[in-house]
Amino acid sequence: MKKVISVILVFAMLAVLPLSFSSCKAINDSISEVRAAFDRHLEGTTLNVYNWGEYISDGMDETLDVNAAFEKLTGIKINYVTYDSNEVMYSKMKSGSVSYDIVIPSDYMIERMIKENMLQKLDFSKISNYDLIDAKYKDLYFDEKNEYSVPYNVGMVALIYNKTMVNTTPDSWEIMWDPQYKGKVLQFDNSRDGFMIAQMLEGVDLNSTDKADWDKAADRLRALHDNLKGYVMDDVFQEMEGGNAAIAAYYAGDYLTMKDKNDDLEMVYPKEGTNIFVDSICIPANAKNVEAAHMYINFMLEPEVALANAEYLCYATPNTSVLENEEYSLADCEELYPKNADAVKTEYYHDLPDEIRTYYEKLWLQIKGE
Amino acid sequence: MPESVNKGPSSSAPAGEKIRKTAKPKKKKAGTFGTALANTPFVVWSAAFIIIPLLFVLYYSFFDPEKGFSIEYIKVFFTEPMYMKAFGLSALYSVIATLISLVIAYPFAYFLSKVSPASQRLQMVLIMLPMWMNMLLRTYSWNQILQDNGLINKLLGVFGISSVHFLGTPGAVILGMVYNYLPYMILPIYTAMSKIDRPLLEASEDLGCNGFQKLRRVIFPLSLSGVISGVIMVFVPSISTFYISQKMSLGKVTLIGDIIEQQIKLHYAEGGLNRGAAMSLVLMIIILIATFIMNRFSDEDEGVLM
Repeated sequence: MKKVISVILVFAMLAVLPLSFSSCKAINDSISEVRAAFDRHLEGTTLNVYNWGEYISDGMDETLDVNAAFEKLTGIKINYVTYDSNEVMYSKMKSGSVSYDIVIPSDYMIERMIKENMLQKLDFSKISNYDLIDAKYKDLYFDEKNEYSVPYNVGMVALIYNKTMVNTTPDSWEIMWDPQYKGKVLQFDNSRDGFMIAQMLEGVDLNSTDKADWDKAADRLRALHDNLKGYVMDDVFQEMEGGNAAIAAYYAGDYLTMKDKNDDLEMVYPKEGTNIFVDSICIPANAKNVEAAHMYINFMLEPEVALANAEYLCYATPNTSVLENEEYSLADCEELYPKNADAVKTEYYHDLPDEIRTYYEKLWLQIKGE
Repeated sequence: MPESVNKGPSSSAPAGEKIRKTAKPKKKKAGTFGTALANTPFVVWSAAFIIIPLLFVLYYSFFDPEKGFSIEYIKVFFTEPMYMKAFGLSALYSVIATLISLVIAYPFAYFLSKVSPASQRLQMVLIMLPMWMNMLLRTYSWNQILQDNGLINKLLGVFGISSVHFLGTPGAVILGMVYNYLPYMILPIYTAMSKIDRPLLEASEDLGCNGFQKLRRVIFPLSLSGVISGVIMVFVPSISTFYISQKMSLGKVTLIGDIIEQQIKLHYAEGGLNRGAAMSLVLMIIILIATFIMNRFSDEDEGVLM
């Protein structure tokens, strides 16, 4: 009997073995030239970085491991933590039990965090690479005087579909409601983006403070519930890549990542319009290693680092050095940088009053619980 | 207090040896001291990680930094139809999952207790084997297996059956619960079954019981304590489940556990912590009452595992 158990154990261990080997690949953790000056006077300190999941070039598939490169260059140790939505990040910061030195929220969340004194003003004399940021992405509504944030990525929400499963070329969000795709449609598992789709179809302001507008959108979303396969965030990758779902609303940058794995996927910016967002790097008011944080922001703007991130994440970059770089493979990517940018109707999210936020969150829960 | 604890091991060990050789009554006293000593880490652990967190839950259910004491958070659980609906679903799904587990586990445990000891051990290892892997991974694997292009649908495709939607249905959620918690049903029933005295069964046969009567009159009553334990151990984690429902229903089924998670994860700053704590408290009380009632069915006084 013992023999049988040990045989099972041995096989179990053997099965796990290859996994542990595969993680030992060489890491690409250095950049060849730096534009700004980085010294090692903060060596040995720790920098707490709070970022979205899958939102930095991390050394997978021989890409640059940005955090490792920063550690190697400056001797500062990075403690890297991730979140999956602005709201999760906000809740955690608000709980006061944590302190981070770097955080990368989206526009409307930056607006709210500035209002609530959760961010500190940056010292731009320490961010010499800031001149690389495209003027288009300066003076944006959430930080009009460019005091609190440095743009990291720009993105839009797209309608993604599998051309072998969808027999038309969709141009409207309406297709998500089409009964012939019942059980094949994926919706965001996040209230703001989820509502956006219905708001665009209803033609109401994404930032409406009129509850009736939200009710209207909610009615539409209720009608969508039965047609959905589910509400997903990161699961969208395996759903669409594996051909398990036909239609999904998701971020255009992530579409390119999926397209790499499944060439049948296509995307479109629906005619009703879509959300555009800018995720920017900020330093929280209660940051402890403020100087290292400035160094990190400056490092993220370095041409080589920004290029690695832009290639890895497939989001549109606000960094002009990347756009001008011949090595950048996505420069001509129609999806990221539409040639006729005016043809795509876009709208930013703004921070909304507590009352409206509570209202639509409740509606969202009701819709999901139908 | 700490002094006596520190003194314990060094001074009492030789004393204990002497006692063992000489007087019997004193041994008992050393035993109680030793027991207390051995229990100390457990007591400290329980206080730090069970009692104190529970007090926090209690505190946040009623107090909020701005409003002070309020029963509003408890009230909202009962007055908000959305929450009641999610709770109703949780109760329904967990009852179904428990019944299915029982139906699978009971005959399994019965036959398991009858095979040779070597085979019993092997099968126990096989039951425990999946539990060596993290529950999140196991649930995620099911998500993959049940996919529209997953293993099962590919297999059905071989026989010309068109793809079936499993994910996103209540059935998938219940399957996830049953799969994850089934071992907790099998183990106590099996333990109770293997404790049944063989001669009792033989006696029942001698007295003219047929197979069914033997099961109903002898085996079932003697294994009841195991059944009650199993039912509680499957029902309790099922009713407060959250991750399984999200992965197996792709967000289409919202259970009370999901709502509690969302409250704390997403709405922390807007009273979510208080609402989450209050909902957890109500849920705990309901589970406690349910457990108490179930325990009534078991007339053994050994008190069934919570």
